[in-house]
Amino acid sequence: MLKDITLGQYFPGNTPVHRLDPRSKLIWLVGYIVALFLAKSWVSYLFMAMVLASVSATSRIRPKTLFSGLKPLIFIVCFTGVINLFYGTGEPLVQFWLFKITKEGIYNAVFMVLRIVLLVCGTFLLTYTTSPLQLTDGLERLLSPLKKLRVPVHELAMMMSIALRFIPTLIEETDKIMSAQKARGAGFDTGTLKERAKALIPLLVPLFVGAFRRADELATAMESRCYHDGEGRTRMKVLRFAPRDAAALCLCAAMITAVAVLRRFGL
Amino acid sequence: MDPIIKLENLTYTYGDAASPALDGVSLEIARGSFTAVLGHNGSGKSTMAKCLNGILRPTGGRVLVNGMDTADESRLLDIRRTVGMVFQNPDNQIVASVVEDDVAFAPENLGVPSAEIRERVDAALRCVGMYDYRLHAPHLLSGGQKQRVAIAGVLSMQPECIVLDEPTAMLDPLGRAEVLAAVERLRRERGMTVVLITHHMSECINADRLIVMSGGRVAADGTPRAVFSQVERMRAEGLTVPETTQLLHELNASGFDLPLDALSVDECADAIANFLKKD
Amino acid sequence: MPIIKVDDLTHVYSQGTPFEKVAIDRIGLDIEKGELLGIIGHTGSGKSTFIQHLNGLLKPSSGTVYFDGTDIHSSREFARGVRFRVGLVFQYPEYQLFEETVFKDIAFGPKNMGLSEAEIDERVREAAGFAGVPESLLEVSPLELSGGQKRRVAIAGVIAMMPQVLILDEPTAGLDPAGRESILQNIMAYRRETDCTIVLISHSMDDVARLADRLIVLDGGRVAMDGTPAQVFERAEELVGMGLSVPAATQIALALRARGVDIPESIYTINYLKKLLIARREGDGQC
Repeated sequence: MLKDITLGQYFPGNTPVHRLDPRSKLIWLVGYIVALFLAKSWVSYLFMAMVLASVSATSRIRPKTLFSGLKPLIFIVCFTGVINLFYGTGEPLVQFWLFKITKEGIYNAVFMVLRIVLLVCGTFLLTYTTSPLQLTDGLERLLSPLKKLRVPVHELAMMMSIALRFIPTLIEETDKIMSAQKARGAGFDTGTLKERAKALIPLLVPLFVGAFRRADELATAMESRCYHDGEGRTRMKVLRFAPRDAAALCLCAAMITAVAVLRRFGL
Repeated sequence: MDPIIKLENLTYTYGDAASPALDGVSLEIARGSFTAVLGHNGSGKSTMAKCLNGILRPTGGRVLVNGMDTADESRLLDIRRTVGMVFQNPDNQIVASVVEDDVAFAPENLGVPSAEIRERVDAALRCVGMYDYRLHAPHLLSGGQKQRVAIAGVLSMQPECIVLDEPTAMLDPLGRAEVLAAVERLRRERGMTVVLITHHMSECINADRLIVMSGGRVAADGTPRAVFSQVERMRAEGLTVPETTQLLHELNASGFDLPLDALSVDECADAIANFLKKD
Repeated sequence: MPIIKVDDLTHVYSQGTPFEKVAIDRIGLDIEKGELLGIIGHTGSGKSTFIQHLNGLLKPSSGTVYFDGTDIHSSREFARGVRFRVGLVFQYPEYQLFEETVFKDIAFGPKNMGLSEAEIDERVREAAGFAGVPESLLEVSPLELSGGQKRRVAIAGVIAMMPQVLILDEPTAGLDPAGRESILQNIMAYRRETDCTIVLISHSMDDVARLADRLIVLDGGRVAMDGTPAQVFERAEELVGMGLSVPAATQIALALRARGVDIPESIYTINYLKKLLIARREGDGQC
């Protein structure tokens, strides 16, 4: 069921990872991505997988939960893998029609799939351990220099946190509307592609109408609670860099250095 | 003492609507009072609520909150922090993904210092009995719990008056009881001015004052006892009276002689039992 | 033969995960042709899950639901057919409207049944009449209607499939008293005209007490009580223990008994209580 989707969900906890400043975690994610793209060999991928495993263990997010988040993305992952499989250069191992599979192709495919899986899992770890409000708060603060360039950083962050807040609500609503239309004989899982696309109308129209109604009511409620704009706002939870954040950032630098060194030695 | 809210000939017409939704309403809400507003759908009661904190500006007449005119843009924030508003659908008024972050929203907007926000949030959550849920995700709470979070989200502004616009319409009986108990506590423990807009008769029984709206006007205004005993008139407004009053009324029509102002089940039973003994 | 037979039905959500939850726990009951069955129970008692098994939207984790003697899930075709023969009106059904006009929206079900244009036209008009949607609104966009009117259009959309069983999940939730009463009247009139079997879920004890032939009380996914309204409301204390209320008439009657007024226990409508009290007074007068 749709309700089982864990995308963008937050699992409250009180582990060292949960307690980190969201800005450190965001910087960590960027560092992690950089390191992933620097990784070129089995050794460095193994190293990155161990980094992920240890962060996941520290944050007490079970591997099962982490991988269950991958489910909706399985198609994309496999697709990328298959594409890469055929794009290798060099000595073909198998050849049929226009396609040839080479040793390099297999390596590429495996690495690409590994990279995506590690990337997605890393991102999930961030959203699982950081409340959306903290996350947007962190982003807002990290990006605040852009305010000088008239980028509406506060508004963007607000929009993002509200979007995240309403994902579960809208998923629940989708479930409800789908059941109601099925009760009137609508089919969402049969027919040609065109028929299926058409069958989505009874789902999408009420969903959009509902979303606009919600947006309208939410705006009224926010105004009633004195929301005006970012000017003069304070926060209940002030972001403060703690010694553990310094430690985390050092670890992040060490990770990138390690992968860079491995790369240097052709690993 | 001067009233906290004063409506002077308040009129409101939506966009290009032919007839006004509110048609010359004048009344005062006394400080510390509990006023219930009753009316069928389209009677203008929700429009009136939205005029009380300047969400809608009157198209005619005035609304004064602590003497501040809601048409005065510069006083809008002060008006809204004085009159807090809770709406029907709890889902559509919760902005944050964690309960305590949502309750902190209003004081954050008002620029309250961080430490004080923390105090206000904890106090507001305790007041509605949701402190133990402060770290929960709102979408996993029951309807009654969500609505109590919404009330806490308004309390953290420390308003003098709270207006609830059909807060129980979407709740089951259990949720309704939870929300009403929370509202009752606000009155008793904080002496807060409460305006409760509803179409459930039973929710009006404990109010100091009951205003019945119809066609954008005030159709009846008095104590719940006085208003409900006008059974025929309530029916003419398309409203029903509580079952207790209905029974007394119908018995009287069959030759009983019972007082019509017995609203609670016990009062009603007392009245009938006494009458039968005397008879 | 009962029109719907529920045999040892169990439904478990998210089976095999830490979020596993037994929503329906071995329910067995028969729904007889033509009866008006009221279902009461607090939120989370399994009501909504239960009714979605009656038209085959949900598949039992174990147990069987029979429609007219046949297992609903015996074949795909039969299961699809049951959706039309057991009409289900969800809570707040107005949020499912999507067509450009009221007419087209009501026609969605009949169209999915593969009926001819002429049949669809006839059914839409008839269903609109039953649900109290005036002819003049048929060509209007559903978005322009008031909340109560939208609700009626949504109910008409299910009635238009001419189901043999009509299930309504809190059809009056959120409406004002006048709107509530008028929708219930429409449903009762529809029942009189068509002899349709009706399953009504409601939080309003006064409504189910007045309308239902039979009541079942769900608690924790099980049938806690099953009987006539008189039999069910006789057990007022148990109901209160389950977090449910009893009709106002029952409350008043209990309070009267506590004050030494001698009236029977199973009172659940104001009308009946009134008659009893009047009869009692006249009886006293004669003594």
